[in-house]
Amino acid sequence: MTHANVPENYLNASWGWRSWLLTRDHKRIALLYLISITLFFIVGGFFALLIRLELLTPAGDLVQAETYNKLFTMHGLIMIFFFLIPSIPSVLGNFLIPLMIGARDLAFPKLNLLSWYIYIIGGVFTLAAVVTGGVDTGWTFYTPYSSTYANSNVILTALGIFITGFSSILTGLNFIVTIHKMRAPGLTWLRLPLFIWAHYATSLIMVLGTPVLAISITLILLERSFHSGIFDPKLGGDPLLFQHLFWFYSHPAVYIMILPGMGVVSEIVTCYSRKKIFGYTFVALSSLAIAALGFLVWGHHMFVSGASPFAGMVFSMLSFLVAIPSGIKVFNWTATLYKGSISFDAPMLYALGFIGLFTIGGLTGLFLATLAVDVHVHDTYFVIAHFHYIMVGGAVMAYFGGIHFWWPKITGRLYPEVWARIAALIVFIGFNLTFFPQFLLGYLGMPRRYHAYPEEFQVWNVMSTAGASILGLGYLIPIIYLLWSLRYGRVATENPWNAMGLEWQTPSPPPESNFAATPIVTEEAYSYDIHT
Amino acid sequence: MLIELPFWPQQASTVAGSVDVLSIFLTLVASFFSFLIFLLIFFFAIRFRRRPGLTATPVPTRLSLEVLWTAVPLGLTAVMFTWGSGLYLHNQQDPPGAMNIYVVGKQWMWTVEHLEGRREIGELHVPAGRPVKLILASQDVIHDFFIPAFRVKQDVVPGRYTTLWFEATRIGSYRLVCAQYCGTRHSGMIGNVVVMEPQDYQNWLANGADDPPAKAGERLFRTFSCAGCHELQATQKGPPLIGMYGKSVRMESGETVAFDDAYIRESILNPNEKVVEGYRPIMPTFRNQLNEDEIFQIIAYIRSLGAGDAKP
Repeated sequence: MTHANVPENYLNASWGWRSWLLTRDHKRIALLYLISITLFFIVGGFFALLIRLELLTPAGDLVQAETYNKLFTMHGLIMIFFFLIPSIPSVLGNFLIPLMIGARDLAFPKLNLLSWYIYIIGGVFTLAAVVTGGVDTGWTFYTPYSSTYANSNVILTALGIFITGFSSILTGLNFIVTIHKMRAPGLTWLRLPLFIWAHYATSLIMVLGTPVLAISITLILLERSFHSGIFDPKLGGDPLLFQHLFWFYSHPAVYIMILPGMGVVSEIVTCYSRKKIFGYTFVALSSLAIAALGFLVWGHHMFVSGASPFAGMVFSMLSFLVAIPSGIKVFNWTATLYKGSISFDAPMLYALGFIGLFTIGGLTGLFLATLAVDVHVHDTYFVIAHFHYIMVGGAVMAYFGGIHFWWPKITGRLYPEVWARIAALIVFIGFNLTFFPQFLLGYLGMPRRYHAYPEEFQVWNVMSTAGASILGLGYLIPIIYLLWSLRYGRVATENPWNAMGLEWQTPSPPPESNFAATPIVTEEAYSYDIHT
Repeated sequence: MLIELPFWPQQASTVAGSVDVLSIFLTLVASFFSFLIFLLIFFFAIRFRRRPGLTATPVPTRLSLEVLWTAVPLGLTAVMFTWGSGLYLHNQQDPPGAMNIYVVGKQWMWTVEHLEGRREIGELHVPAGRPVKLILASQDVIHDFFIPAFRVKQDVVPGRYTTLWFEATRIGSYRLVCAQYCGTRHSGMIGNVVVMEPQDYQNWLANGADDPPAKAGERLFRTFSCAGCHELQATQKGPPLIGMYGKSVRMESGETVAFDDAYIRESILNPNEKVVEGYRPIMPTFRNQLNEDEIFQIIAYIRSLGAGDAKP
């Protein structure tokens, strides 16, 4: 392989550190994000590994209680704020949104680079908090524990999260403006790929929700530093106020993590069944419905907090409503398979895995929306299982599916298909073995965030830890072969999957300017029926 | 060798059965839809797998299907909402005549005070077949009082009282855990609820009883010179306390407030927030001087001075 016959593309257009660290090319910034979030994923995964090892036995024998509490706190913080929230939007969204809409770049390229730097600065603060002793408040920072009682690095950590939030806001803003203003001629709203719709809905949440997180964190910082008396009742404050503020952002944040994954799945399912998506408008609008309703359900985290039963009923009803648009998506993806020509390449395996696991995650959410049942399973492992089905079974599966699907476009190389299919199966099996037993543990009454637990729960915990080791292996294999493929993978053509979408109509990897000439769109998304 | 796999928790309260029935209903609905989706995916994946001679056939979107899979889930979730909320409201409402027990959560233990004078740590003794209402307070951070076998759970929030009621149905010992993360030894904040025959419970109460909290409360009442203003009869400085517990009282602001545990607690810690009509806001706060246990004792004393006509 000689470099001489590789056409100029965004990777080889310029060389040296400066050309990467000062780049304004959305594709290069996407790669900066890819590298950084992968590092955070490995750190967060390492914490998860230690948690599962500790829970192998009922006694708290591997690490001390204090250390354990820091492990689950930092696992949550890193996975949520430094991996899941930026994962699909900042890597795939960043790379693909301009390509999918036929634009040269995002609307504000410098702002895009700035948001990566802000993310890194926030990450440095949080990692500094980790290495200088860690933090033990839980990722939820509940007051007055976090504001008054915790003796760990709350301030440094909270500052890190506060800073990183601005990265999210800027990315969301950039996407919204880009999608509004920079679509290629002929690319009307109802011709947009569903990946774009999903990112549009996600961006709305990022822009509208994240400032509230910033406010909640600022109030904690004020209370911890100056005893302002907003949350601690000993100072005249109200601890439940914090929960309202925190969940006003952090519940919609769940949709920041899952909506982009839904966008990825729509792209993959259509491509590998050679079909137009079933119910395009319904899938597109359900993203917006999820984003809107998602802002009205935060109170379902507070059914046993002492808030009024009437508020509980209102939030219960709204939480059931937000399940409907998710159901619509699942049914439409399934219907898309009907009369298709389905192949089972690795991205499709991840997408089908997503549909199955997200279905379980969503349906178990109904238990939590049901007031009388939530009273029993709230704050138990049932909740842990539920949200890992959404976050890991859903969002991470979609992320891996998306990385594989667009890997040839991003790197110009093909990944090894057989290995990729094996890894996808290992992930699926390991995931279920890890998290399904936790539903049972939760209903049996094992509380979350327990360093040591009663012996009767051990069987299921052993199963869960065994599953986690399989899952870890399933994540390790792709990291290895994807790195391997950068050098040894087969060279990818412009459109190796024969997929629709503008991103496939430019070379792999794309040139710096994305397209030689601005594309003109004359048909709907996923017109696989016209081009078989 | 057979390993015993625990699948379902014990049922030991009057509400446990009805919560489980609802959970089973939800499990059936969830399983039905999971299997429906899985089977469809499997069936389509096999039937329409890519092979020579088979090409995809366009299928236009059918509005009737979209309506179907919007309406059916909507209907089912409406059933879940109605059933779940109805049961919740019923389970939240403590039955009249429930016996009261005071519980304080603090890092990292539960202390329990029975009105008859018995105190315990990490254990809660209750009679079977009688509704019990716990009045829960926290000395520091948020805790959560959770008895899995009873299917009841309530956050214990500093700065306010929350309540939780149950009626145990089976004699035995059941695990009591803190479900809200509360710091280093959160997982050690674990204890037992001991359900006894009513007669055994009476014997247990009589055995090794300390002074009843009302007695301790009376001592505190004197030590902190409460009597100086709250003479047991009406005086000019503070409102009377005899026969007041549970009554509705008019405030200076014109509103009517129930003279209950929460009001007495608030009046000790934040006395000038709600001042009884006809009195001046002159009482000093006792915040930082009394802990939650002591406040309970003073309430128990005021309670012992006789209840008013309204329900406590």
